[in-house]
Amino acid sequence: MIADFDYQFFIEVLVGGLLSGVMYSLVAIGFVLIYKTSGVLNFAQGALLLFAALTFVSLVERGVPFALALVATFAIMVAIGIAIERTVLRPLTNKPPITLFMATLGLSYIIEGAAQLIWGTQVHGLDLGIEDVPLEVGGVLISQFDIFAAVVAAGMVLLLSLFFRYTRIGLSFRAVADDQFAALAVGLRLPLIWATVWAAAGLVALVAGLLWGARLGVQFSLSLVVLKALPVLVLGGFDSILGAIVGGLLIGASEKLAEVYIGDYFGGGIESWFAYVVALVFLLIRPSGLFGQKLVERV
Amino acid sequence: MTFLSTIKAAALSAAMIVSVALPAAHADEQYFPLQSYRVGPYAAGGTGFFGGFIDYLNLINIRDGGVNGVKLTWDECETQYEVERGVECYERQKSHAGAAAWNPLSVGIAYAMIDRITADKVPLITVNHGRTDSTDGRVFPYVFPLLLNPYSETSGIVNYIAAKEGGIDKLKGKKIVVLYHGSPYGKETIPIYELLAQKYGFTVQQIEVPHPGNEQQSQWLTIRRAKPDFVVLRGWGVMNPVALKTAVKVGFPVDHIVGNVWSNSEEDVIPAGDAAKGYTAITTQASGNTYPVVQEIVKTVYGASKGNLEDKSRIGSVYHNLGIVNGILNVEAIRVAQEKFGHRTLTGDEVRWGFEHLKLDPAKVEALGAKDLFHSINVSWDNHEGEGYVTFQQWDGKKWNVVSDWIAPDWALLRPIIEKSAEAYAAEKGIKLRTADDANAVTTN
Repeated sequence: MIADFDYQFFIEVLVGGLLSGVMYSLVAIGFVLIYKTSGVLNFAQGALLLFAALTFVSLVERGVPFALALVATFAIMVAIGIAIERTVLRPLTNKPPITLFMATLGLSYIIEGAAQLIWGTQVHGLDLGIEDVPLEVGGVLISQFDIFAAVVAAGMVLLLSLFFRYTRIGLSFRAVADDQFAALAVGLRLPLIWATVWAAAGLVALVAGLLWGARLGVQFSLSLVVLKALPVLVLGGFDSILGAIVGGLLIGASEKLAEVYIGDYFGGGIESWFAYVVALVFLLIRPSGLFGQKLVERV
Repeated sequence: MTFLSTIKAAALSAAMIVSVALPAAHADEQYFPLQSYRVGPYAAGGTGFFGGFIDYLNLINIRDGGVNGVKLTWDECETQYEVERGVECYERQKSHAGAAAWNPLSVGIAYAMIDRITADKVPLITVNHGRTDSTDGRVFPYVFPLLLNPYSETSGIVNYIAAKEGGIDKLKGKKIVVLYHGSPYGKETIPIYELLAQKYGFTVQQIEVPHPGNEQQSQWLTIRRAKPDFVVLRGWGVMNPVALKTAVKVGFPVDHIVGNVWSNSEEDVIPAGDAAKGYTAITTQASGNTYPVVQEIVKTVYGASKGNLEDKSRIGSVYHNLGIVNGILNVEAIRVAQEKFGHRTLTGDEVRWGFEHLKLDPAKVEALGAKDLFHSINVSWDNHEGEGYVTFQQWDGKKWNVVSDWIAPDWALLRPIIEKSAEAYAAEKGIKLRTADDANAVTTN
């Protein structure tokens, strides 16, 4: 039985799953940034991703050069981030987390509607100039595009880590993440920090939007990729960038292996819910996720 | 949709609400309630289809002054392709007098409406889709899966693959994988592929892609290991471009993928970029704007600034042309019914009779300016599909090119299966099978 096992195929599925997981992590990082500093599960991250990709591709199609479109889209995402902080989150400061969550849920619908209102409903192709013909490594086919996405994700994690560790505003983020009231007490400007973190989430949305857009085409369904990020967050922890990466890898690999090797026993098509099974099991064992902070409250 | 056009659409919607609020139709008007979807995930298909449908209705009004003097009217209610919104629209629009037929272009909404429209006696058109057994007019008197039901589509695809391989006998020993959308729509053809595999001696492996289909790595790795001769793509929405891109990613040749009728539009291939080059898909209506009826729409409707598509480059696209063909079928059914019942506003049941006598042979199709746009249709009281022919088109990176003759599905093989399924439905629901005499009894007021 074991002698018949196709190891090469197993590795191919595993590597494909890990690389898909990196794509999930890219979306999850956007959630982590917001959650870390404000305790809000920003359900609008998928809509932001759609808006960024749609804005970028629409600008490029109107003749704006690639680099300029990238800068302009980033500027727009920063403006949206600041506007959300000013008009939605600031008035809701000190409200229960469920209120903030519902606010972001509403925001996601508003952003999706605005994206279609401004840029139209047509689907668009997005070519980032990376050929997606497979590379053969030891008989295993690996997607060039997925490798590129993994490198981008690694670069972004490195950038964010450096930012958090070595910049003044980054250190402020960490202080706010640890204790909002203590941060306020020592004179940190919470609104500025939140506006900055929303701008950073906008950048993550832009990068993830471009990579997912190149994969799926730029269309409404892009906003649904949040569904792939949620089990990653449960598994990795809502407040850990490292957790988002590790969680993405675990979810990506396990759902692909499950689909291929046990999918037939359940009638196929199991990967969408299997990811949540894995997340649920982790939730039962480690409620704060693999790398999430354990919440200790004085009672 | 730009901001200005949105304002325009909002103003039009307001006007439509007023028109819905005033349900009485003029004596010389025939009304189409349109449960359209112009926003949401499937808006690209909705704007194309309903755009084409409205463009054709406008052509008839502007060029001919309506159908024998009966003006065609319509209003739109936004469903976002959601069943509950579709039903809400139905409840809102059904009070309007003179409704000719419902055309929701949504399997879910159509299913939810079957009992309601049967009670109301107004036809429900599900062009190219819907449940296969609704072809049987003995059980489903008011449902019309015109041109192509899912089983005929399956048979057409298998016949095309056979033709590519050199004949139906060459299918023996071949392997076909069907990659289907994880939904009732996607699963509809599972039994018929199994049956055709047994009949023609090929092996079939059917693989599900969970909704929405934005991840297919594991499915395509499984396909690569299975080494099939052909893959049939029975997708919807984002699943289609992702399938094509992932196929290239795992090294499967795209020219050995055959798409079904909901995987055949520009919206399915453009997002896939170069990966879609060489991909082939089935269709009941060719794309392109060279057909006389499309040219007339450009000249008469768009020339009068009454065109429905904002982006004129979409004129002649797959969904736009499907909307035009759907317009032709609806209008001609009214014309047939008017010859029997008079040149006036018809009841829904009279229009149903018109659909059941809708026969457009190739000569008539040519006279309508649609030669080569679609082949023909031959609807009867008990066959509500109407024996539509199919053709195949291949994407060259910029446009679809027709690569086959018109192909007839194996209706004789399919009919007993359809009847068996419809009769089981009738037994379950306690429906008495309709006869030809029943079909000729028409409610005229």
